Amino acid sequence: MSGTHGTPKTASGDTGQDRERDAALAAVTRTARELIPEAGVITDHMRLRTYECDGLAHYKVTPGLVVIPETPEQLAGVIGACAEHRLPYVARGSGTGLSGGALPRADGVLVVTSRMRAIREIRREDQRAVVEPGVINLDVTKAATPHGYYYAPDPSSQQICSIGGNLAENSGGAHCLKYGFTSNHVVGAELVAPDGSVVQLGGTAPDSPGYDLLGAVVGSEGTLGIATAVTVRLVRLPEEVRTLLVGFKTTDQAGAATSAIISAGIVPAAIEMMDALAIEAAEAAVHCNYPADAGAVLVIELDGAAVEVEGEYTKVERLCNEHNAFEIRVARDPVDRALIWKGRKSAFAAVGRISPDYIVQDGVIPRTALPEVLKAIADLSTESGVRVANVFHAGDGNLHPLVLFDDSVEGAGEAAEKVSGAILDLCIGHGGSITGEHGVGIDKAAYMPRMFTDEDLDTMQLIRCAFDPVGISNPGKIFPTPRLCGEVPGRHKGAHPLQEAGLAEVF
Amino acid sequence: MPTTSTVDGTARAAVVSACEDVHDAGEADHVDGVPVALVARPTSTAQVSEVMRAGSAHGLTVVAAGRRTKLTWGRPPTSADVLLDLSGLDQVVEHAAGDLIVVTQAGARLSHLQEALAKEGQLLAVDETVPGSSVGGTLAAATSGPGRVQAGTLRDLLIGLTVVRADGVVAKAGGRVVKNVAGYDVGKLVTGSFGTLAVVTEALFRLHPLPATRRWVTVPFDNPAEAYRLAQSVVHAQCVAQAVEVDWPAEGPGTLGVLLAGIEDGVAGRASAVLDLLGGDAREDGSAPDGWAAYPWDVSATGDDRSTALKLTFALSGLPDVLEATRHTQAPVALRGSAGAGVVYAALPSGTDVAEIAAAVDALRTVCMRHEGSLVVLDASAAVKDAIDTWGPIPAIDLMRRVKDQFDPDHRLAPGRFVGGI
Repeated sequence: MSGTHGTPKTASGDTGQDRERDAALAAVTRTARELIPEAGVITDHMRLRTYECDGLAHYKVTPGLVVIPETPEQLAGVIGACAEHRLPYVARGSGTGLSGGALPRADGVLVVTSRMRAIREIRREDQRAVVEPGVINLDVTKAATPHGYYYAPDPSSQQICSIGGNLAENSGGAHCLKYGFTSNHVVGAELVAPDGSVVQLGGTAPDSPGYDLLGAVVGSEGTLGIATAVTVRLVRLPEEVRTLLVGFKTTDQAGAATSAIISAGIVPAAIEMMDALAIEAAEAAVHCNYPADAGAVLVIELDGAAVEVEGEYTKVERLCNEHNAFEIRVARDPVDRALIWKGRKSAFAAVGRISPDYIVQDGVIPRTALPEVLKAIADLSTESGVRVANVFHAGDGNLHPLVLFDDSVEGAGEAAEKVSGAILDLCIGHGGSITGEHGVGIDKAAYMPRMFTDEDLDTMQLIRCAFDPVGISNPGKIFPTPRLCGEVPGRHKGAHPLQEAGLAEVF
Repeated sequence: MPTTSTVDGTARAAVVSACEDVHDAGEADHVDGVPVALVARPTSTAQVSEVMRAGSAHGLTVVAAGRRTKLTWGRPPTSADVLLDLSGLDQVVEHAAGDLIVVTQAGARLSHLQEALAKEGQLLAVDETVPGSSVGGTLAAATSGPGRVQAGTLRDLLIGLTVVRADGVVAKAGGRVVKNVAGYDVGKLVTGSFGTLAVVTEALFRLHPLPATRRWVTVPFDNPAEAYRLAQSVVHAQCVAQAVEVDWPAEGPGTLGVLLAGIEDGVAGRASAVLDLLGGDAREDGSAPDGWAAYPWDVSATGDDRSTALKLTFALSGLPDVLEATRHTQAPVALRGSAGAGVVYAALPSGTDVAEIAAAVDALRTVCMRHEGSLVVLDASAAVKDAIDTWGPIPAIDLMRRVKDQFDPDHRLAPGRFVGGI
């Protein structure tokens, strides 16, 4: 599954297209060297390979060139050169994405934002921060906390993932049940559009007049441009946070408790579920000391004004007991709380302790379908002999089944892929989504037609055609088939690069 | 002046065959003074698609309308051959209470939707700022009220939608689940687009539980600096206010209003904390103060009786300057809106001299822009709209034009109504 992305050189030898592409890459490399300090332009093959994949390591492509700009001007300059030479480029933040969204192009440039790491402003009075794209998610919260504020979206990778990557992926996290996703917290961005121009989208104040282009850009997986400065909303730290760890004998009981809590009109900051296999893995990895013999645990977090939390807590405790919880632990201080979350947040990596290889799946179902879908996943697992550990954001129906396999066993990888794909089909069948937070990237582009019609996808691509008519900004991601955009403004009037490469037909 | 629309016999026949309910337009169907030839009232997405296909084949301009409560907002269209009346798509299709979502047709009244949701103890967390509005019209104009401080706006609540494009193609985006990052967020782009990109026929929203109780704490203030001090004290407190509103009439003292909503004990405790914060003149009440969630103008006025209706946005720290500026214009300016979000509304009375209005708009816009925001003239009499820049400067206008050109290459959807003549 490696090396398939991008347009490899033709096997029959050097062609006109190859020469043209090499010339374009050379020209953009020259521009990059003029603009960016030497350490930020990488052409050495061994060093290029450092960037061959993101967090989804089974897709690998060595990029044609890596640039690590330090300023928006440098970044815009490189994109301008890419536009001039029609060279594809891919943006990369910390490279933690799980859908191959930052998978490089062999015939293009990988633009890494890791050296654009300044937190430019923390504005308590305006409840805003302005940060550069390479800033680590958790660092925004660290900078805001002394002012009594934090940045709400908290993907599990928040200690290493970047705000630019969060913006591209519309990252979620455990607390988005109550606080929403990146798209609800990014209010402005300076964007380098695929033609190299720099535009301001949104801003400090809400509701910028005109189309909500920012709303379209957030979650567009780097296909509509690269943000070079991001204005985010800061949220007041809650007066009280109470975290509960609740043990159940079965996932059905835990699911029923979740439903009961939501039906009671309570919106907790988070409700997370782990099943027995996921608990086993977390115990092996981080010794989180979850309740023994639990078939499922819920991690429930309530936050807000102290009086409100107290009232909600009483209700939640009662509802859990009514649904056969056999143990309820309450963390009342940050140390206890961190220990409870440690088990949950380390769950993906922890699975490595109980299986040599695994696929992290990300699908969404309407929450009420949870028992039915969990049973179907269990059946899939039994029939195929492939083990599946379940971790999910139960409050919003976002499943993260971990499909376990041993790649050294012949056919095991394929069997796991099959189960993983079948789980996505279950999600679609129940009116859900093929991805809740990891993105489509390269990994799920082929699944998009199962969720959307050709007309749906065509309509989405109208947006792409407006931003990137020549298709150089992270091409090949999200959409299984590129749409050719008709008349292209500007001076380039040649054939579409994908058409030239024989990958697409004009329609 | 716009001329009478010219829709020839063939085009008329095409529209008539596309939809059961088509009739000749009368004066009451005019769009902000622009004559309309035909009113088509489809009852399904399929019929909307047929009407749009007929329009596309015959080069007809189309203005979509929900309940016609904000049809004059924005600039008058340069042409309106067909008024696409969506009031026939008025069904709340499905309320999945367990999943906290609802599927509704665009022409359903927001109030009707809320009644249906309330039966299951839920609500769509958007204020109805213009009584009688449809869901689709609320989306198209992206109206919001006090509750946006906690719940956000409709863009944050919309999780899926069905649109009909200018060429008649029916497309969906998003889905039935709240958490979903598959594909582009077409819904955000369409929200607030004033019907210039596509016609929304169905929308899916995430819902919230109806709060068990609501309490309001209000306090009077004499000057902008005091208003700012009070607003900041609430904003930075940990009382989780659902709304922080200012009401600042053309003269005299103003009022700061704070809404607390949730479970009984919690709200009682938080209300008492806010009372302490706001000092001795603060009062607590179980019902909303006068004018809550209403614009400071008469939304039912038409023609020359319309106030000049403004929407002002700014970084929160811009509040005192904005309040101050309204007291220095020649024409009286009444202001009301969210000090907690930095979005307020202001009105200049009908009959005010156009030059005075233009001067006030300029002055207020300058202040808003200095505080990283904007000023938009939502509605005004024809004379005022002719004389002023209603939308103001738009930084990313070139990209917006490119988006418009992709969705509606012939510029047949509400042409001229939106920013930059889009």
